[in-house]
Amino acid sequence: MKMTGARILLECLKREGVDTVFGYPGGTVINIYDELFSFKEIRHILPRHEQAGVHAADGFARATGRVGVAIATSGPGATNTVTGIATAYMDSIPLVVITGQVPTALIGNDAFQEVDIIGITRPCTKHNFLVKDVKDIAAIIKKAFYIARTGRPGPVLVDLPKDVQIATAEFEYPESVELRSYKPTVEGHPKQIEKAVSMLLAAKKPVIYVGGGVISGDAAGELTALATRLHVPVTTTLMGLGAFPEDNPLSLQLLGMHGTYYANMAVTNCDLLVAVGARFDDRVTGKIATFAPHAKIIHMDVDPTSIRKNVRVDLPIVGQVKDVLARMLKTLDERSDKVTAFHAAVEPWLAEINGWKQKHPMAYKQASTVIKPQFVIQKLRELSNPDAIVATDVGQHQMWTAQFFGFREPRTLLTSGGLGTMGFGLPAAMGAQAAFPERQVIAVCGDGGFQMNLQEMATLVQNRLPVKIVILNNNFLGMVRQWQELFFEKRYSQTCMELPIDFIKLAEAFGAKGFQASKPDEVEATIRKAFETPGPVIMEFKIAREEKVLPMVPAGASLNEMVLNA
Amino acid sequence: MRHTITVLVENEFGVLSRVAGLFSGRGFNIDSLSVAPTNDETISRMTIVTRGDDQILEQISKQLNKLIDVIKVIDFTGGEAIEREMALIKVTAEDSARAEVLRIADIFRAKIIDVTPKSFTIEATGAPAKIDAILELLRPLGLKELVRTGPVAIGRGAKGWKG
Repeated sequence: MKMTGARILLECLKREGVDTVFGYPGGTVINIYDELFSFKEIRHILPRHEQAGVHAADGFARATGRVGVAIATSGPGATNTVTGIATAYMDSIPLVVITGQVPTALIGNDAFQEVDIIGITRPCTKHNFLVKDVKDIAAIIKKAFYIARTGRPGPVLVDLPKDVQIATAEFEYPESVELRSYKPTVEGHPKQIEKAVSMLLAAKKPVIYVGGGVISGDAAGELTALATRLHVPVTTTLMGLGAFPEDNPLSLQLLGMHGTYYANMAVTNCDLLVAVGARFDDRVTGKIATFAPHAKIIHMDVDPTSIRKNVRVDLPIVGQVKDVLARMLKTLDERSDKVTAFHAAVEPWLAEINGWKQKHPMAYKQASTVIKPQFVIQKLRELSNPDAIVATDVGQHQMWTAQFFGFREPRTLLTSGGLGTMGFGLPAAMGAQAAFPERQVIAVCGDGGFQMNLQEMATLVQNRLPVKIVILNNNFLGMVRQWQELFFEKRYSQTCMELPIDFIKLAEAFGAKGFQASKPDEVEATIRKAFETPGPVIMEFKIAREEKVLPMVPAGASLNEMVLNA
Repeated sequence: MRHTITVLVENEFGVLSRVAGLFSGRGFNIDSLSVAPTNDETISRMTIVTRGDDQILEQISKQLNKLIDVIKVIDFTGGEAIEREMALIKVTAEDSARAEVLRIADIFRAKIIDVTPKSFTIEATGAPAKIDAILELLRPLGLKELVRTGPVAIGRGAKGWKG
């Protein structure tokens, strides 16, 4: 059947299982929007800034595991998507972002609202396409989704000129797509997997280090089975939180710059580090020369470039972690006689770790007159639904959430880890709420980050997305202030945002509800009230102004050189 | 250490930019780069000379392979390969120097492709080391202008890159 390029695009999205898109109209996408007007199978949500639109598609993808889709017009619309795309790129989130482009004849002419978005996003997309012929749209969209969701997932941008949208062609959706230059490895090498099991069974002080790859690879089940079968302690990165239940006694929780004392000590003293779907980021390793100095390292990942990039690896295994872990479990079945002996061998190690847990548990100084942010996070966990989804912005509040909330399931924490994008929290929560209208979605933000995309309050109200927004307000750009306190003798240069904002009035200005608490005994009641109130809600907590995130591994220090009190 | 890497890529719009961007974005240096279509016109072949230790080279190779448009990466360093490069060299030469220029060109089996009373332009092909050598000898005589293509490389033996 012959149809316009714009219509073909929508038909392709439908075939890829897309039921929700976040987009913002403009001159070079007006034809797409005309087709959308009567295209019932796709729900379109209009944000109030393209950056928020991409963050929403990102939050949708993180929460569901599906490819998130965003649409923007050319020029400024396209450039506004760049931060969102880079955020998804750093955290390996599958997105397809469609940008309008000026007609092909005008490309390169400095036309109105023209930018070389392909050139601009080349370094921060997994791949991008410029469609030059309406007959290519279907194949390109299919390739785009295939690339976005396979191997190491990532954002793909498709630039669609206006004349290509208007031109017509026969629509035929390709059955399959094959890229001779892109064939991600699925299965791990059997010999390597055998060796991994042998190394594990021979270890006396093993630790499993889990990253976002276990979540995006849907391997939490296999990971938990392996760790619990063998009694091996598990620590996760920020991106891996939720892959292993934090209330399991084998959990060491978060490791790295603001990780727990016992996780960092375990990694520093282990004799075998099994890295699964993680990339040895600098926030995790601290000083590389002294990272896990006594350990042999096994590294399993779907992306070969992550292996041996930062840290020497003794046994690399390239493949989908779900498959690799499953085969390890099978191999263990064949050697089940060794397991009991192994349990006995690691007993002293588990006892040593318990010692560290007793010595320095995650704690903070309670207060009676001022609200401590950690207390709010703990109360949020206590009072929220067990399957609540938490999106955070970036900064101290993000770290406190990672340290004190306690994540037990994959895809319940949505946070910008790699790029650390302020302004992510609210729109990401928006995307997750659109994906799961019935679930409780909480956005934890600092006062700084919240202001970066606060216009999305309008989107929440207009689309009846009942996100519960928590603002931990210390009137500071907290994380930077902490560094200025610790390393710049409290020279708080441009980090004090002392202007008092009436967040209740702000919420009401958009048609939402707002609550505020400034004393510890008001916290529980405020959270309860907010959770019971239908629709989007802001709850602002005036927290202690100069609270620090601890422990902290200062830049350049080793993981075991944590600052515990300051 | 100097490495010559051959990259076979889809002959698509923007691929050269992607590869160059990868090198610059990750701080890998490009000493020279040559690219052209192969006997299969949907595939282009790039020859890049870069420098770095083994770990850097491993990263370059892996990152290149990760690019969607890259079909294959071959590292010819230390392996069985033939490298050839071309140089066009403009030498100023008057009076007695002119005979010397001709002699050097003859020794290296290079061709004279342009001549004026004051200059010669020489076309030289050969392994990069041979090009370096002829330049060494011509430099004291007066090098006016130099254009090098950078090397291209092909494996020895009967097998092609596909096997």
